[in-house]
Amino acid sequence: MTNKRGDLFPQFDFTGNWRLWFAVSGIIILIGLLSLFTRGLNVGIDFTGGSAVDLKFAERVTVAEVRDALADFGHGAAEILSSPEDPDLIILRTQTFSDEQEKEAIYEALRTRVGEFEELQSQHVMPVVSQELARNAMLAMLIAAAGILVYVSFRFEWRFGVAAILALVHDALVTLGLFSIFQLAVDMPFVAAILTIMGYSINATIVVFDRIRENLKYRKKERLGELANASISQTLMRCINTSATTLLVVLAVLLFGGRTIQSFMLALLIGVLAGTYSSIFLASPLWLMLRGEIGKMRTAKA
Amino acid sequence: MRVRSMILLLLIVVVVSAAGYYLTVINPVTDDIDLGLDLVGGIRVVYEPVDPAEATDQAMNQAVETIRFRVDKFGVAEPLIRRATSPLTGTQRIIVELPGVKNADEARRLIGKTAMLEFVDESGQVIVSGKDLVEAQAMYEVSTNRPIVTLSFNAEGRDKFAAGTSANVGKIIFILFDKEVLQAPTVMEPITNGEAQISGYLDIGEAQQMASLLNSGALPLELKMVENRTISATLGSDSVNDSVRAGLIGILAVAAFMLLFYRLPGLVANFALAIYVLIVVVVLAAINATLTLPGIAGIILSVGMAVDANVIIFERVKEELRNGKTIGSAVESGFRRALWTIIDANVTTLIGAAVLIKFATGPVQGFGVTLGIGILASMLTAVLITRLLMRLVVQSGAGNWQFLFFGRQGVREA
Repeated sequence: MTNKRGDLFPQFDFTGNWRLWFAVSGIIILIGLLSLFTRGLNVGIDFTGGSAVDLKFAERVTVAEVRDALADFGHGAAEILSSPEDPDLIILRTQTFSDEQEKEAIYEALRTRVGEFEELQSQHVMPVVSQELARNAMLAMLIAAAGILVYVSFRFEWRFGVAAILALVHDALVTLGLFSIFQLAVDMPFVAAILTIMGYSINATIVVFDRIRENLKYRKKERLGELANASISQTLMRCINTSATTLLVVLAVLLFGGRTIQSFMLALLIGVLAGTYSSIFLASPLWLMLRGEIGKMRTAKA
Repeated sequence: MRVRSMILLLLIVVVVSAAGYYLTVINPVTDDIDLGLDLVGGIRVVYEPVDPAEATDQAMNQAVETIRFRVDKFGVAEPLIRRATSPLTGTQRIIVELPGVKNADEARRLIGKTAMLEFVDESGQVIVSGKDLVEAQAMYEVSTNRPIVTLSFNAEGRDKFAAGTSANVGKIIFILFDKEVLQAPTVMEPITNGEAQISGYLDIGEAQQMASLLNSGALPLELKMVENRTISATLGSDSVNDSVRAGLIGILAVAAFMLLFYRLPGLVANFALAIYVLIVVVVLAAINATLTLPGIAGIILSVGMAVDANVIIFERVKEELRNGKTIGSAVESGFRRALWTIIDANVTTLIGAAVLIKFATGPVQGFGVTLGIGILASMLTAVLITRLLMRLVVQSGAGNWQFLFFGRQGVREA
């Protein structure tokens, strides 16, 4: 598994097998895009406007009971969620209640027809605010991407920068796609997760590129593909260990951190995995492509 | 050299442990960190004026003053009431956050109500109301230099006030704000010109506050709620407990991983990690940050990332060892060569954190803050503290026991 220097998988052709890696990512992204275009994202009220309340009932209740009570108030189309682990917890999402009176009337109806409950959380966002949050989220992502692009192209030659950004787009698409496939909630914390993933994923890519750049100084006779393979192999242990420690904390929070933060951590989990994959298997082949050296392997340079 | 290094090392461990004990047990610095709405429960409400044309600077300030007056009655420790402008439409807004407020529904009802200012006589008869008042102003009375508030009424108000004061000379007139007595001045003489003045304030500040309240009653700005979030105290405390437990599990798992994988250097990294956590907590307390649930997640996440710098360095040191260097020079060149990689890799995450601080609000902004502080602190501890400690460890002679460094695999070829 290791060579004399202790590099992991020194014989492995990371860049030569690029077709396989691209195919794996391509399929995941394609399914994700299909889902995005057909089913879309489960966008939370942060960005659509509306009301969302979490109600903890005294005893277990059914979604049908709750829907019946809501229908009289014109909220029959509300999204009503309950989870098997927590059968007395009901999460409602609907168009914004018109005012406090309507909310109180609905609560009163729920109390008499369904049962006693405690309001754990309630959120009401008017379209004027949600449009703004959505705009801020888009702007934040664009500015972060631009900032990263500027920094990377300032520190690295442009081909490295473009390859790193493409790897980043890959991670974001995979995360978005999986969130669409599993219809997980996309809200402001999700945007924070995406921004973190951007920073994190580029981080791993930079470590690899940094090594390629360093090796370029000393190993001038080698084919770029082989040089890239060696660089990946030399930094592989670091990539795996960093991902491992980050995944350890993400998993700890995902499993023990409570319900309110789960989708945020899930986005991070997917992003960290995608980011690690893309920095090992995608970023370097992309760079080789930009250099016109992809697939030119194992042939001595003239 | 060897003894000196050992003593220094011991000293650092003792000092850091003592500082840690002091900051967490004796005088917990965490007490200075405010918890956000999502952790203590409470409400956040955002208002916009129904008629944007009414939203002059003065009107908005008065509305803020009115809300502050109302909120004070709820006994909320640190209410936040501030003006903001919508970046999209330019609409003026008022943001109210009441952490830990008990009766959320009542609070919301009271805050949003249009102000009600009335002057009533002793029998409860209304003499004039807010709409009759043109302006209230705080000033010093020229002859006595006492702080006073002057009132000027419109024509209708002037007539009503003249009649009211004529009938109540020597009696008290109650100034009611939302049905609560603000002040109860005695009528000295009938006021017929529509210009009254009230005295009896401790200082000009009190007079100004009164004038502002009177004005807010005089200039009711109808507000509508555009955003409203309520989090129960139950959910908040559950979130605190869950996230603290998750954080401990995560951090212990990372520490165990580092120890198993890197041995003595892993221990050094874990010690640096403890210093790192202390730095983050102290900085959060120093900048008076509000800790939110995503904020805690940011700290935990940055712990995972904090060891990243150490991992980069240790892997580099391992390589240098395999290239035949002694442990001492491997540590030195490992740190030197890893430095720029660490900086490059962290700047990008910092960009993400900075963008979040600028564009996000509330809990998510808190995540940006802790992530940013976390990354800076992690770079600092990895580059300065781990390096110093590793140097001392090597100099104190631990380098002779190579199995302590990274295990067999790391030094096989050394």
